[in-house]
Amino acid sequence: MTKIDFKTAGPFIALVALFILGIFVNDAFLSAGNVSNILARSSFIGIVAIGATFVITTGGIDLSVGSMAAFISGCMILLMNALMATIDSLVTIIFLAIVASAAIGGLAGMINGLLTTKAKIEAFIVTLGTMGIYRSLVTYMADGGTLSLNFTLGDVYSEVYYGTLFGLPYPVWVFLAVAVIGYVLLNMTVFGRHCFAVGSNESVAHYSAINVDRVKTATYILQGLCVSIATIIYVPRLGSASGQTGILWELEAIAAVIIGGTMLKGGYGRIGGTVVGALILTLIGNILNLTDAVSNYLNGAVQGVIVIVAVYLQRGAWRAKD
Amino acid sequence: MVQVANGDAANKAMAITSQESQVEAPPHDSLLAVKNLKKSYGEIEVLHGIDFDLRRGEIHAILGENGAGKSTLVKCLSGFEARNDGHLYVNTKQEFSGSDNSVVPSIMTDNADTAQSIAARDWTHASAEAAGVVLIHQEFNLAEQLSVAENIFLGSELCGKGLASLFLDKKKMNDLSRDYLATLHCTIDPTTLVSSLSVADKQMVEIAKTLAKDARVLILDEPTAVLTQKESTALFELIDRLRGRGVGIIYISHKLEEIERIADRITVIRDGDLVGCYPAATLSKDDMARLMVGRELSSLYPKVPAPDELASVALSIHGLHVAGVSAPENFELRRGEILAFSGLVGSGRTALFETLVGLRPAQLGSESKIFVHGEEVRLNSFTDARAHGVAYLTKDRKGSGLLLNKGLRENFSLYALAHFAGIIIDTRAEQSAFEKAVDRFDIRMRDTGVVAGNLSGGNQQKLLLAKMLETTPDIVIVDEPTRGIDIGTKSQIYHFLAELAAAGKAVIIISSDMSEVIGMAHRVAVMHQGNIVGVLSGNEITEHEIMRYATGLKAAAA
Repeated sequence: MTKIDFKTAGPFIALVALFILGIFVNDAFLSAGNVSNILARSSFIGIVAIGATFVITTGGIDLSVGSMAAFISGCMILLMNALMATIDSLVTIIFLAIVASAAIGGLAGMINGLLTTKAKIEAFIVTLGTMGIYRSLVTYMADGGTLSLNFTLGDVYSEVYYGTLFGLPYPVWVFLAVAVIGYVLLNMTVFGRHCFAVGSNESVAHYSAINVDRVKTATYILQGLCVSIATIIYVPRLGSASGQTGILWELEAIAAVIIGGTMLKGGYGRIGGTVVGALILTLIGNILNLTDAVSNYLNGAVQGVIVIVAVYLQRGAWRAKD
Repeated sequence: MVQVANGDAANKAMAITSQESQVEAPPHDSLLAVKNLKKSYGEIEVLHGIDFDLRRGEIHAILGENGAGKSTLVKCLSGFEARNDGHLYVNTKQEFSGSDNSVVPSIMTDNADTAQSIAARDWTHASAEAAGVVLIHQEFNLAEQLSVAENIFLGSELCGKGLASLFLDKKKMNDLSRDYLATLHCTIDPTTLVSSLSVADKQMVEIAKTLAKDARVLILDEPTAVLTQKESTALFELIDRLRGRGVGIIYISHKLEEIERIADRITVIRDGDLVGCYPAATLSKDDMARLMVGRELSSLYPKVPAPDELASVALSIHGLHVAGVSAPENFELRRGEILAFSGLVGSGRTALFETLVGLRPAQLGSESKIFVHGEEVRLNSFTDARAHGVAYLTKDRKGSGLLLNKGLRENFSLYALAHFAGIIIDTRAEQSAFEKAVDRFDIRMRDTGVVAGNLSGGNQQKLLLAKMLETTPDIVIVDEPTRGIDIGTKSQIYHFLAELAAAGKAVIIISSDMSEVIGMAHRVAVMHQGNIVGVLSGNEITEHEIMRYATGLKAAAA
């Protein structure tokens, strides 16, 4: 009992340690601007990672999220620019684009889910395929260049990223809301229990009258919706989309999930841990930016070490328990 | 010591046994022998002192009911399991291929006093194979994506000479494999991928592997379970040829006609005890069946009152066609009735009920009518079955019944979760229902925080029962409800099932345990090769009668 349970407390300890490190590294670290910047930047990966927590808890994997984000961004921008000609109200246009974004995200997730469950293709292969498809589609839509949002429209829409409520940017509030909903869904509902059951042992789930295919498909749809939400707050940040948008988001999202203590083999998922994992990944980049001691170019290396150490600690705790 | 139910032939045969088991050391042409072999799993002893010996050039059948300990015995013989007590002797020097019989066995000499038993810890799978004792499992151990020759030499690959010793000598391995296969009169090309072979051919490859290892003792565990009639005949011819070469063959099968056809001697075991060893010629198939089952029923079982004559029909099945089975099936049972499904392993009982409750698809294009309490229902999925009050408890409680790495409460509520939840799960209701179930089913655990995998088998089974009964189903189907469970818990489970019947539920027990079938059931349906071949009730329910149906000796008068 006195022993620290790295499985649950580990990510939080790491987050606190990084935070303290940040304070020592640079005075600017604690400034309101920097803290809110860290939170806002975490929110994209964080929201995507919350969706990924469901997929991974259920025993699946989704590699297509980064490409999907780029594709949805591209679609939103093309749609909004096109609607400028017919609709006067800019808010209506943005609202329609948000609806379209959710529809595309949900549909894309459903395609991943149905290919996995009905066509019985491994999730890794399905999403590797759709990853290439979406990435290529957005490059094609942008004709190899960049899709830019209409300037007047971008001005209005940018409020979604840059606006604040009680001093925190909107994306942070969205992140928080998604996290709370995700937590409730995974830990307190029948659906969440079914996710754990399917991820632990599909056969037991089947013999407990759980519709395994439906649960799995639902997690991919959730993942698609999360990507859509992340995109909705991401598009106003830059007002553009290209073949480079959302590059490596899938790996960062999976890293956040794993750092958070969710097991890649399924059956064990933690939304709180995933949120912390996303914050840790952003913190590393932020601290490296604020210090000269380690080159900023080593960001990926430090993140990689953190992922491996996190999993090592979890495994150690796992073994000691048995 | 050993009680045989009845029958003169059995008693006659018994005499032979007691003589033979007096022999202190194995006869010198023994290839492999054990004396007083005991084996326990945990605290439960499953083999209580078995004597067995295999002579060169002999086919020795081991006969016993499901769970009698046949597989455990051959695992001990082949080094896959370490015995807990007893002696094991093996002859490593006997020559087979030539006519030279003058070689003196190193371990077993003519002088019985000097025979040396091999210590249990030294008798591993590897040392058994090195001594030429090879077990062919029911499920084949073949690498599907490798060729036949690569499989035959798996783990003992041949290399070239000199510098070529860094590389595999594929030609030599293919040529040798072709030779081995030719010995078996088998024409498979050694370069074929195993995955493209038929089941019978895969078995040939397994046997060819044993030739490569120069096996002196070949153990076949239910080899014909996966073969057609024709393939079985080919296998028997092959076994005959191996016997001619001096190989000793231990043959396990439920199929009495096979054993009668090929065996030289028959050892019968029952509930982990040796019943006896008999020359095959002295036993008829009826004798074999009687020797297998002859045990007396204990007072393990609760009194189950006969169902009310006027009780309504709870479940009625018409034309349920299990995929891959030749004919559709019909049966019905009434409220308060316990109907047992008996039959040998692989007789299609589980498939029948998994099809019924929608866990697996029925034969394509088949149309069945299912009535629950007189009302026609469609059970297309297990969810439908739950909705209509039909519960099925899997026999695979570790693989399909419980989430072994999850807590007890989560396991308990998984099937009936809708009872505790609108959108959000009411954990307090869940917890109190769980505590009630722990009480009712007497589930014992170290503390409530343990995961299901840490419970004993009996408590796991009670947890599974609690899980499936939480929806208060009217029709309860339990598949092998007491397998691998201690006697006390068994009795508890029988009482739970009897209570269900007394409360007007309809209960179906699928069981390979004869005594539990006889002790519990009002009626017994016996299955053979996928279909019900006989339904027994009242005084007709005897082990002998069930076994005659189960082994295909008797079929319902058409």
